[in-house]
Amino acid sequence: MSDRRTRLRGILGQITTIAVTLLGLLLLTFIIGRMMPADPVRAMVGEDATRETYEQVFRQLGLDRPLWEQFLRYLGDVLTGNFGNSIRTGKPVIDDILHVMPATMELATFAILIGAGLGIPLGVVAAVNKDRWPDHLVRVFSLFGHSMPIFWTGMIALIVFYAALGWVGGSGRMSQFYIGMVPTRTGFLLIDSAIAGQWDVFWSAVNHLILPASLLGYSSSAYITRMTRSFMLDQLGQEYMTTARVKGLSKGQTIWRHAFGNIRVQLVTIVALAYGSLLEGAVLIETVFAWPGFGQYLTNNLIIGDMNAVMTCVLIVGVIFIWLNLLSDILYRLFDPRTK
Amino acid sequence: MKAHTLSLPTPFLAARNIVTFLLRQPTSAFGLIVLAILILAALFAPLITVHDPYVQNLNNVLQPPGNGHLFGTDELGRDIYSRLIWGARITLTIIFLVTIVVGPLGMIVGTVAGYFGGKVDTVMMRVTDIFLSFPSLILSLAFVAALGPSLNNAIIAIGLTAWPPIARLARAETMTFRNADYIAAARLQGASSLRIIVKSIMPMCLPSVVIRLTLNMATVILTAAGLGFLGLGAQPPLPEWGAMIATGRRYMIDSWWLVTFPGLSILCVSLAFNLLGDGLRDALDPKQMNRR
Repeated sequence: MSDRRTRLRGILGQITTIAVTLLGLLLLTFIIGRMMPADPVRAMVGEDATRETYEQVFRQLGLDRPLWEQFLRYLGDVLTGNFGNSIRTGKPVIDDILHVMPATMELATFAILIGAGLGIPLGVVAAVNKDRWPDHLVRVFSLFGHSMPIFWTGMIALIVFYAALGWVGGSGRMSQFYIGMVPTRTGFLLIDSAIAGQWDVFWSAVNHLILPASLLGYSSSAYITRMTRSFMLDQLGQEYMTTARVKGLSKGQTIWRHAFGNIRVQLVTIVALAYGSLLEGAVLIETVFAWPGFGQYLTNNLIIGDMNAVMTCVLIVGVIFIWLNLLSDILYRLFDPRTK
Repeated sequence: MKAHTLSLPTPFLAARNIVTFLLRQPTSAFGLIVLAILILAALFAPLITVHDPYVQNLNNVLQPPGNGHLFGTDELGRDIYSRLIWGARITLTIIFLVTIVVGPLGMIVGTVAGYFGGKVDTVMMRVTDIFLSFPSLILSLAFVAALGPSLNNAIIAIGLTAWPPIARLARAETMTFRNADYIAAARLQGASSLRIIVKSIMPMCLPSVVIRLTLNMATVILTAAGLGFLGLGAQPPLPEWGAMIATGRRYMIDSWWLVTFPGLSILCVSLAFNLLGDGLRDALDPKQMNRR
């Protein structure tokens, strides 16, 4: 009984924490939006509008009200799903963002598969061979991934693998030739083209995806490798490892079945967090590869000063981060035997 | 008061020990050497370059490396080597300014929250969490959007986003010392909270804060370069490395040297900070020292 109550209290506490963080997030985006030098009214009415029109729109947007009132209004708008319209396209920004999001998610999903597929085995190898040459090699390899400016590596990779060797596709999600040929259903090009049975489009998409996804994956594998290594080291030092060896299990069995089995949950949380930080790399890599996703949308609107679009983008990233943190927390609680 | 006169040479000795330790390992030695080169290049920029980093020569554009231009010339005929060397000054400015903003800010928030605990702690850590719920580049982007694109604003934006990890760390350290006997002794002698925090707690947090700052400096360099690349940081014609890559991008297929050398410079400096941070962690951690 009391056990259930403490658990309930824990959940309630977590909900309050999330609510407060979300409120703070909204306050932050609101302040940033108000500080922006671009004049939203001027952008809407144009340069030659009369003073009357200007003031009318100014009042319509509620800009004549005190700041706290504007904030409450913003809060109400966001809670009812109204994020305002884009100055450039005139459409609701949330529609625009939902439209570009699948491209980024497709990229990020492939990147995290590569990142985890690279990082986890390397981390295990490094931990097993601690302080010997494989460990040093893995350390240098992952530090490189962590230290490279990804927009620059992207360009170098384009010069080498696209321009010089011609192994992969260049910028964009597919060859210019195929654009518009596949009907959009999910927004995920690989799925859409597979549904439509257009396999040449599918392979063109894979060809264009592989380079940016590998680079993003490599940069996120640094973090995954490092964490895997330290989790594994914790396990390898435990006494049950020796016991298992004494009982006659092979070294591989103890490493993969016992030690690795125990860190799976921790790894899931790490990969979830790494997925979130891919968004950061995506902003830069999408610019380099002309990838029509969230990152490019954000930077384009930053440059023209579209306030609503930028605020909403920042808010969405914040929400995704909070959500991933929560998710990894829940996973941890559900699957870690010690928390039961 | 005697302790003060005695403690004067100790920091120098400690620093010498740390540097010797760092130089003994090839990885951290690399980091130290790259940073030394960076500082020397920035200090002696006018002496080691022959070309003016800003002077254009339209008769001599996009020259490949060689012919008196070590790294070639850019689309306006400016010497890339000279621009890289002068760009080291910008990189160092960024590092210096971010450090003097982020270090003290993170330390103050962390130690105050950790020392007082309770409501103060809750409020301060809630604010920290909000800042931590963004990837640093995205939040810096948003701040730069609000302040307007320029080098100074990029530095401010990075400073505003880089303090939370430091605050978290300083808080965790403070909480382990808070109930120590020597703090209680200071309190019994009538020391004010301010005095305890500044004199007794902050010095104890310093080593781990320095390590963390060094490791974070790699991210700071990359974020600053990223902002420059997106056109939101240093503006042309400033020879900032990220901005140089952005302008070189248009010519990259035919003139690879425009983007290659600035990128290598960023990579080296960011790698150097990562390696140095790793080395410092070993050097300042007594547990690690004994094992070696």
